[in-house]
Amino acid sequence: MDETHPELYGYIAEFKSPSELVGAATKAREAGYRRMEAHSPFPVEGLAEAIGFRKNRIPAIVFTAGLLGGLGGFTMQYFASVIDYPLNIGGKPLNSWPAFIPVTFECTILAAAFAAVFGMLFLNGLPMPYHPVFGVEKFVRASHDRFFLFIRWDDEQFHEQETRTFLEGFEPESLSEVRQ
Amino acid sequence: MASENDLTGRAGVEEMPIIGPGHTFATVSDKLTAVVLLDRIRKSWVLGLAISFAFVMLFLMSVTVLFLKGTGIWGLNVPVMWGFAIVNFVWWIGIGHAGTLISAILLLLRQEWRTSINRFAEAMTLFAVACAGMFPILHLGRPWVFYWLMPYPNTMALWPQFRSPLVFDVFAVSTYATVSLLFWYVGLLPDLANLRDRAKNKFAQLIYGAMSMGWRGSARHWARYQTSYLLLAGLATPLVVSVHTIVSYDFAVSVVPGWHTTVFPPYFVAGAIFSGFAMVLTLAIPLRAVYNLKDFITDRHLDNMAKVMLATGLIVAYGYLMEDFIAWYGENEYEFFMMLGPGRPFGPYWAYYWSLIACNIVIPQLLWFRFARRNVYVLWVISIVVNVGMWLERFVIVITSTSQDFVPANWQEYTPTFWDWSLYLGTIGVFFCLLFLFIRVLPAIAISEMQELAYEVDHRKSLGNDGHGTSDSSHA
Repeated sequence: MDETHPELYGYIAEFKSPSELVGAATKAREAGYRRMEAHSPFPVEGLAEAIGFRKNRIPAIVFTAGLLGGLGGFTMQYFASVIDYPLNIGGKPLNSWPAFIPVTFECTILAAAFAAVFGMLFLNGLPMPYHPVFGVEKFVRASHDRFFLFIRWDDEQFHEQETRTFLEGFEPESLSEVRQ
Repeated sequence: MASENDLTGRAGVEEMPIIGPGHTFATVSDKLTAVVLLDRIRKSWVLGLAISFAFVMLFLMSVTVLFLKGTGIWGLNVPVMWGFAIVNFVWWIGIGHAGTLISAILLLLRQEWRTSINRFAEAMTLFAVACAGMFPILHLGRPWVFYWLMPYPNTMALWPQFRSPLVFDVFAVSTYATVSLLFWYVGLLPDLANLRDRAKNKFAQLIYGAMSMGWRGSARHWARYQTSYLLLAGLATPLVVSVHTIVSYDFAVSVVPGWHTTVFPPYFVAGAIFSGFAMVLTLAIPLRAVYNLKDFITDRHLDNMAKVMLATGLIVAYGYLMEDFIAWYGENEYEFFMMLGPGRPFGPYWAYYWSLIACNIVIPQLLWFRFARRNVYVLWVISIVVNVGMWLERFVIVITSTSQDFVPANWQEYTPTFWDWSLYLGTIGVFFCLLFLFIRVLPAIAISEMQELAYEVDHRKSLGNDGHGTSDSSHA
């Protein structure tokens, strides 16, 4: 991946509680670290903000998909009933839009739900069967009862020695090198 | 829902926490993953699976005979052309609705007690919808061309009739099944990662690993995940209301006496929730006893579900009352005949009608009393009674209105045959078989959500809040 750091992918520090992790993440950000990641078994309030996550594009994606789904659903029914296969039943209007609402609604929901799930997976880069953090032995507890702060090698502030000392300053449970 | 309404309720809250004492996020994870990964295979589980599997065989046999001989093997006749297939369809789909209500609506209302029951209620939804979806398809004379219901460019140059509630139904039920599956799977993702990391067995690691998609609990991932989950809940909420509304349109849009009423959509939705909560209780009470999950599915949960059941049961009762009132007040002789004459209460189906009233209106009134909500045996029996009652309700609606229509010369009574019953019991087998497999291979309680809850409850205590008021439900 990179010539200067062929082996080291970053450092990962293990914490016992969510509050320690949030504290450490906040301080790391203040110290200028940007390319870092925090891992926890359950969502921790304020953690994403602490590592500098700002732009959550999920709502916009879901809204757009819902809009397109609804428009698509209505257009399909309009096309079927007015253009492609008009049936004159007692002179009733072909574009009987109130009767088209239920299907339009269902199409809106379906498209929005697909967007919510697949948009989330796509933006999260999932599925990703392998990631260097999985190589860290202690990391199995990230889904169980431990909290991790991970600083990546490609951060501008990253330095093999200094970053290590910086993380040790938080007195983590453990500190591991993440290798490719 | 009804839990913060009075002082006794408050006192009750204090006695009954939403999570057992002494649990931290670590113990929650240990205990809940152990059910899947470490638990030995219990005899009761094998027995349950074997019995339900026998019914799956019955189901397959019924379907085979149906495919060979056609719907003539059922008790259908000329005025009663809907019969068991539609009764069971509506019954199953209604049962599914409680799962969505618990996972989506109660999430939006910030009812924290939902956390321990949402996962398996969602599974229940999924399996109930699978059972429901089979009936309309099997009821088609030529089930192998069921895909004609979907709009797609075809050589016949035909479209479905988009003005028909039966086509609305196709869209509603298939959307509902898809969204329920997505919601359930998204909820499972972090727990699958947990199982992947805890599993010792190579095969289990591989399967859970593939299913968890490489989830690693990153804070950015969690942020998007939570937004996505909340939006899904927001989408599922109107969806669940629309589904049963549309199911009720199947009846209400027709001009058949006893069907053609505007009260149908709201009371169908309430009835669906009523029967769904009954089914959740029917399943949760034995589940928590067998797997020793009383710390997570506490008496408080049962109490709250009983209250929801009571409230929705009363809405259903109001629906019945309004139907009868309008039949009398509207002075339509056909309506009057159906609702207040020989059609339903005083005709050939009187026994079904009055059993339905007893099961759905009279017996659930016991839930006003605390002893009935606290005694698991009484509560379990009531939940079964409500399940039966809601099935009878659909039977009465579907059968009575069609069997005695406008012209007495058309009248025919309906008698279900062996194959009607075998298919119905068969789908119950399918439902339970899937549930038995589910509780063995996937976490029946949402682990990461329970961890979050355990942490919050713990955190609140350490902050010195007395906790019980806020842990119940915020009014946000």
